[in-house]
Amino acid sequence: MTTTAPAPAVRKPVEPGAEPPPPERSSVSRWIPAAVVIGVWIVAYLLLEGTDTLALPGVARTDLHDRLTEFNNDLLASRDTNPVMQFTNSISDLLRSLFEWVQRMIVVPNPPRPVPEIGWLGVVAIATYIGLAIANWRIAVLVCLSFLSFGVLGYWQDSLDLLIVTGISVAIVIVLGMPLAVLVGTSTRANRAITVVLDLMQTMPTFVYLLPVVLFFGIGVSAAVVSTMIYALPPLVRIAGFGIREVPTATIEATDSAGQTYWQRLFKVQLPMARKTIIVGLNQTTLAALSMATLAAFVNGPGLGKPVLAGLRINDVGAAFVPGVLIVVMAVMLDRTTTAASERSEKVARGGGGNVRQRRVLLAVGGVGTLVAVYLSRTYIGLAEFPVYTIGDRIATWVNDVMDWVTSTFGGITGAFKDLVTTWLLNPMQSLIADSPWYVSFVAIAALAFVFGGARALVSSLVCLTGIWFFDLWHDAMITLTMTLVATVLVMVLALVFGVWMARDRKVDLGIRPLLDAGQTIPPFVYLIPVLALFGPSRFTAIVAGVVYAAPAAIKLVADGVKGVSPTTIEAGRSTGQTTWQEITKVQLPMAKGSLVLATNQGLLYVLSMTVIGGLVGAGALGYDVVYGFSRSEAWGKGLAAGITIVLLGVMLDRITRAAADVRRDDGPGPRRAFHTRLPIGFPGDRKVVET
Amino acid sequence: MRTPRSRGARIGAVAAVATLALSACGGGSIDEQTQANEEQAAESGGECGDLNMAVNPWVGYEASAYVVGTVAEQELGCNVEYKELKEDVSWQGFGTGEVDVVIEDWGHPDLEKKFFAEQGDGTATDFGPQGNVGIIGWFVPPWLAEEHPDILDWENLNKYADEFATSESGGQGQFLGADPSYVQFDEAIVSNLDLDFKVVFSGSEAASIEAFRKAEENKEWVIGYWYEPQYFNAEVPMQRVALPPYEEGCQDDPETVACDYPETELKKIVSTEWSEGDSTAVDLVQNFTWTNEDQNVVAGYIASDGMSPEDAAAKWIDENQDKVDAWLG
Repeated sequence: MTTTAPAPAVRKPVEPGAEPPPPERSSVSRWIPAAVVIGVWIVAYLLLEGTDTLALPGVARTDLHDRLTEFNNDLLASRDTNPVMQFTNSISDLLRSLFEWVQRMIVVPNPPRPVPEIGWLGVVAIATYIGLAIANWRIAVLVCLSFLSFGVLGYWQDSLDLLIVTGISVAIVIVLGMPLAVLVGTSTRANRAITVVLDLMQTMPTFVYLLPVVLFFGIGVSAAVVSTMIYALPPLVRIAGFGIREVPTATIEATDSAGQTYWQRLFKVQLPMARKTIIVGLNQTTLAALSMATLAAFVNGPGLGKPVLAGLRINDVGAAFVPGVLIVVMAVMLDRTTTAASERSEKVARGGGGNVRQRRVLLAVGGVGTLVAVYLSRTYIGLAEFPVYTIGDRIATWVNDVMDWVTSTFGGITGAFKDLVTTWLLNPMQSLIADSPWYVSFVAIAALAFVFGGARALVSSLVCLTGIWFFDLWHDAMITLTMTLVATVLVMVLALVFGVWMARDRKVDLGIRPLLDAGQTIPPFVYLIPVLALFGPSRFTAIVAGVVYAAPAAIKLVADGVKGVSPTTIEAGRSTGQTTWQEITKVQLPMAKGSLVLATNQGLLYVLSMTVIGGLVGAGALGYDVVYGFSRSEAWGKGLAAGITIVLLGVMLDRITRAAADVRRDDGPGPRRAFHTRLPIGFPGDRKVVET
Repeated sequence: MRTPRSRGARIGAVAAVATLALSACGGGSIDEQTQANEEQAAESGGECGDLNMAVNPWVGYEASAYVVGTVAEQELGCNVEYKELKEDVSWQGFGTGEVDVVIEDWGHPDLEKKFFAEQGDGTATDFGPQGNVGIIGWFVPPWLAEEHPDILDWENLNKYADEFATSESGGQGQFLGADPSYVQFDEAIVSNLDLDFKVVFSGSEAASIEAFRKAEENKEWVIGYWYEPQYFNAEVPMQRVALPPYEEGCQDDPETVACDYPETELKKIVSTEWSEGDSTAVDLVQNFTWTNEDQNVVAGYIASDGMSPEDAAAKWIDENQDKVDAWLG
């Protein structure tokens, strides 16, 4: 495989200060030193097993953890005098009154009226009209049906509450995020500094910062908005920043020569030319905001997360499933609407957009219809309060029946599979990684990082490992690392099987993609109970939850990568009479190697982001520590330490796999951006580079 | 871009809305009700005001909270707001006026230190027992207690340790620890009693319940941290294993615990500021007390019969008007 040096105009390096990529090595040679490292590791393990593992019992804490807890306690003690908190409290009051005002307009009774100002019919009509106005009739139908489904399935208020919270959060994210995006897009130094912060915001488990957020912003809607913002800000800044950076230098130079000011350049050239990418960023931000719905409900955040948690509380899968599905419906609706709106605005900007007159008439008629609907909904109770249907309950019962059948039918098989994987893969790996003395594992992991990723990866992993050691949760970190690795192996097996299948058969692709989208968007809390019923509380249960969540992203990446293999290469192979198996293993997969490595990278990070969920289903380790810290404020410091350790693990795995794939860090939109809602760190990067 | 399908789909959507709208019509005029509400508001002076009721995440708590809340709403005209929060966040809310009442507290020495007047900022006040008695301990599913009655004594546990082994316990017996919110000394108890067990934390109540349910159905060996009152005990009556009995002070040092958990009088904790105010709900909360059986009835309505907490509370109140009247004094 020969690489041609990419021309600077085609690909601008993001980190100009970074050293040039390491020389190309063939993939075979890396595995030999890797095997040697692992061999030495095993010998060292056999000699020193169980010594210096730095294990800490589940509910024990160290002095460091208690010092970190003091930080939270000091904040709490100073809450009446702390000027910052006074300030954030007043912001929080503002947010709350804004939310409640919108609520009284469209969801809850506005006293003395027995109903909101605008009833359900008016709300549906307005939403449909917006869909029509910013996109097209197809989107209008989609929006209309989505809104009706909120009510028909029995979650009208929770759905609208979630929409309001999401709307407020995204609006604030735009106000805060766009200036940051401009900074990221125009200054390389700012880019590097901000990227670190964004990484932290996206990888830090929400449970860690929920308690401080409550201290600063209070319980309920403000805390929900703020924690949603923290998670939803990074995609916009990254992707919009990328769009601004990618505006061709030639265009900027040409317009600069006309003597424009900085602001003219920004508003007349850079932002308009990056508009399409910016909207993609907005789309990602919106979906990220939705994925926070359930977590915000832990601090009484309004929305669909509440019924999901209520279902979990009484171990009722069906009751949690219906609102979970509505979150997916809402995600699909917002995703398709923003995408279509951006396409339309692009068309209009280029002078297209269909018959202008016809469209005006359509909009006018629609507008009158909407006004009539609003008027009716203000007049008749039946058009103001959404009627009650039982279909939601019936779906819930049906889901419960299906789950009962599945657990009673497959319970034995799944148990056997769990024991198989645990005995032959998970336990041996965990013994090696976690039960070796910490210094042995430390050196071995660093050595493997060097083998696979060269000097760059070595430096990153040394820094991260030192950090992990410092935060006193080494043993838990190693168990979490083991689970993450095992889950990623399963993810990659699924990704290879389904990815290749999807790439080779368009029908399969069309059939599976919606399921993958749903798997990525549905709150993990919905499938916790079925997974528990099948596998019981164990590390393997956490692995299954991680796989459900991570496999869709990896499958899509592999499918797109294999599809991207040039047809001429395949034709050439076919003419020599190779079998399908040979075609896959000798041509398609090797040619898509870059995608495979990226899929591994994303798989690892997605799985890692499920660590906390794992803590809720008996996996222990770092996930349990985070939940423990959130549940008991005297252990908050341990939760924080665990959160930081998860971040460090994520950064380490990310840097090693990236270095292995020789991918420079860049935050462009992925090939199929639609549902990459939870990208723990950045985006797959510029795929063209890998596939050379 | 306009295709014949476009019109069809549009008509379809319009028809769907129209059908819904028509089926819902006939509820009456909003204006009339608004007027009625205005008149009613002018007549009744609200003496209760807002009542912010924390709802901690377990069904028994939910039962207590909604029963008190519904009485406050129906009898005193309070505007009750339920806030779904974990314990620690609820206690934080006393000082900011976001939470007025925690109706079922299982004992949180660390929070008491921070928020009671003696050592902390005084934002929280102990409002006395609420009648429920919390029983925490080591429990096994009923089938196990029946087939191996001697298992209910801790001294025989080691005999069965092998049976309790799972993929998670590394050759020892598995003891299922609980949701991290709860006070747990099991790691210490296991090691101080020389039991051949390893504590594996289920991580959540949902996980523990699924494990016990599965164990009873499939006759699997499970032992774990469990408690009463709990609605699940009505479905699977978990059996308690006797540990060395609790004595005053035997749990003071978390490292040396080798005794059973004490019975806990569950308490009401309220916001100091709210309790000193003139809300009529203060007396109601002060007087509220009921039994484990009462709570299990309401929790059963919610968890087993799938009723909403509001309906479950209203049903119990209907059936137990005499008890409710006693709280209202």
